[in-house]
Amino acid sequence: MPGYSDPGFDTLALHAGAAPDPATGARAVPIHLTTSFVFESSDHAASLFNLERPGHVYSRISNPTNAVFEQRMAALEGGIGAIAVASGQAALHLAIATLMGAGSHIVASTALYGGSQNLLHYTLRRFGIETTFVKPGDIDGWRAAVRPNTKLFFGETVGNPGLDVLDIPTVSAIAHEAGVPLLVDSTLTSPWLIKPFEHGADLVYHSATKFLSGHGTVIGGVVVDGGSFDWDASGRFPELSQAYDGFHNMVFTEESTVGAFLLRARREGLRDFGACMSPHTAWLILQGLETLPLRMARHMSNTEKVVAFLASQPFVSRVGHPLLDSHPSHALAQKLLPRGAGSVFSFDIKGNREQGKAFIEALKLFSHLANVGDCRSLVIHPASTTHFRMSDGALAGAGISQGTIRLSIGLEDPDDLIDDLKRALKAAEKAGA
Amino acid sequence: MELTVNGAKTYCYTGGKAFDAAKPTVVMIHGVLNDHSVWILQSRYLAHHGWNVLAVDLPGHGRSAGEAPETVEQAADFITALLDAAGVPRAALVGHSWGSLIALEAAARLKDRVSHLVLVGTAYPMKVSPALLDASLNQPEQALKMINVFSRSTLAAPPSALGPGTWVYGASLALGRRVLRSNSKVNVFHRGFQACDRYANGEQAITQISCPVLFLLGGQDQMTSPKAAQGLISKAREAGKTVQVASLPVGHHQMTEAPEETLFAVRDFLRR
Repeated sequence: MPGYSDPGFDTLALHAGAAPDPATGARAVPIHLTTSFVFESSDHAASLFNLERPGHVYSRISNPTNAVFEQRMAALEGGIGAIAVASGQAALHLAIATLMGAGSHIVASTALYGGSQNLLHYTLRRFGIETTFVKPGDIDGWRAAVRPNTKLFFGETVGNPGLDVLDIPTVSAIAHEAGVPLLVDSTLTSPWLIKPFEHGADLVYHSATKFLSGHGTVIGGVVVDGGSFDWDASGRFPELSQAYDGFHNMVFTEESTVGAFLLRARREGLRDFGACMSPHTAWLILQGLETLPLRMARHMSNTEKVVAFLASQPFVSRVGHPLLDSHPSHALAQKLLPRGAGSVFSFDIKGNREQGKAFIEALKLFSHLANVGDCRSLVIHPASTTHFRMSDGALAGAGISQGTIRLSIGLEDPDDLIDDLKRALKAAEKAGA
Repeated sequence: MELTVNGAKTYCYTGGKAFDAAKPTVVMIHGVLNDHSVWILQSRYLAHHGWNVLAVDLPGHGRSAGEAPETVEQAADFITALLDAAGVPRAALVGHSWGSLIALEAAARLKDRVSHLVLVGTAYPMKVSPALLDASLNQPEQALKMINVFSRSTLAAPPSALGPGTWVYGASLALGRRVLRSNSKVNVFHRGFQACDRYANGEQAITQISCPVLFLLGGQDQMTSPKAAQGLISKAREAGKTVQVASLPVGHHQMTEAPEETLFAVRDFLRR
């Protein structure tokens, strides 16, 4: 029943979580730049702290502007609620820190953003949390990696930057057999391309810095709960299913049948780790989110044209996009990502490292920087930047070579982008002569 | 808190406070495909403001074992047995939707053992369309989406049961799926709807209650339209009952779309 009661994606992108401000009539979402909120009385204060009444106390824990962004993201993902945080990395950390402590184990895809790989491989190990990395397509590997102390499966919807599509239905089924949730980083796809919950994922997070914003002005993250994972039945999560003396002896799974994760993540994670989002940032992300459907459609149509161009160039040895039959995830992408597998992808030129540099430096429209998902087209050399801490072996595991170039296709006129690439390819060829 | 009622494990959420027989008790009864968690905020507040709270998972729902009630009358018998098992001589009954019919029928049977009756999102008769009844049995996911759409009135709910950032559409869907999955033997969705549809003792029951009654309705409720409660309200008044009617500008899920207003209406009524 489409309409106000059953709105579609584009409507939700504009309206979910927001209504005209009852105090002023403001139609746009107001920016509530305030650290704290006045209590009506001592009893009101106590009730807010004790989760007897809904409302805001302190903007590290919650804020009305952030709440609009959170509701909107939950609506777009088909989840039950969300928590806005300072960055995508903060979202990943919040999810992990809510679910486990020292002595726990994670099974993760090898095809991860370099920062996520760092967190799991180096930093969390220091805090007693170990990770086993599995190639995203190695289904037996996911199953074999489960240990008695495994708390989480984790992968990206499309691996960065090789675009290995995560077989979410299969990997989530293995996770669920083991009583473990699947967390998915959907930054490169956004809910416009895939809603991971519909395929079996339990938790989703984004670097909101990327496609959700689109404008490339702020850093932010968000974690969304699908509300489907049964923490009690799993038996692996006393953090949620047993009384927590750090918060009113609350048993989060009793408090909320479907929202235990979000309760603890906000009440402990934001309170104690404090990686909150500024309301100003939330407002800026909302400005981007309103046009997400329009932008994603253009990102994808531009990407199709650029991929076709690069695939036709003799100086290009490989184009790593699932649009092409040659990509190992082509069939899976057709199934899970019918609107496209994103506009961030990599390709290799037939040249050495110096020619790669010449290519990047000859580009005029593509900006050389460490970001993706901007409305402007971007380029980077992963081996020397985003993934520079990784060993050659780990790089190969993530599908990256020394000559790999990553593009993030923006919203410019596609002919102009192709012209820019054409000129840079010529410059790279010349550099090798 | 777990009790044994009619030989079956029964879960009651007590609002974060231990049960204390010395305090007055309020029993909160959920609707079809819901559980105790729909009352989180209201139950937690009441529990910390002088009340014992028993927000029950009905038999065969959520954390409670036992046979899911086939009729409102069976469910009302369960409420009597619950009070007995908890050692509660007298209680206020608060019910939502199907739970409001159960509370009504239980109040009629328990008479002076009920101090207050609150009917949230109620209607009588509570007829369910044949198409929805059929869908609840044969296409429960589709039916769940239908009732979720009918139950909601806003895309911008205030901070709700999980706090700020809760998307109540999604939370309702997830809870419905979880409760449906909690009973592997019986489709509690269809059974609950059938119980609503077949209940025929509402007008009789309202004349038999011995306590004041609050009708807490949603002005934009498409599941149990406020109009559909008017007959029961009139009957209660004709029978000389103490009747209070409150209308909130929300849909069928008053507890999440207007958590504060719902709490205040219940709290103030219970103070009478």
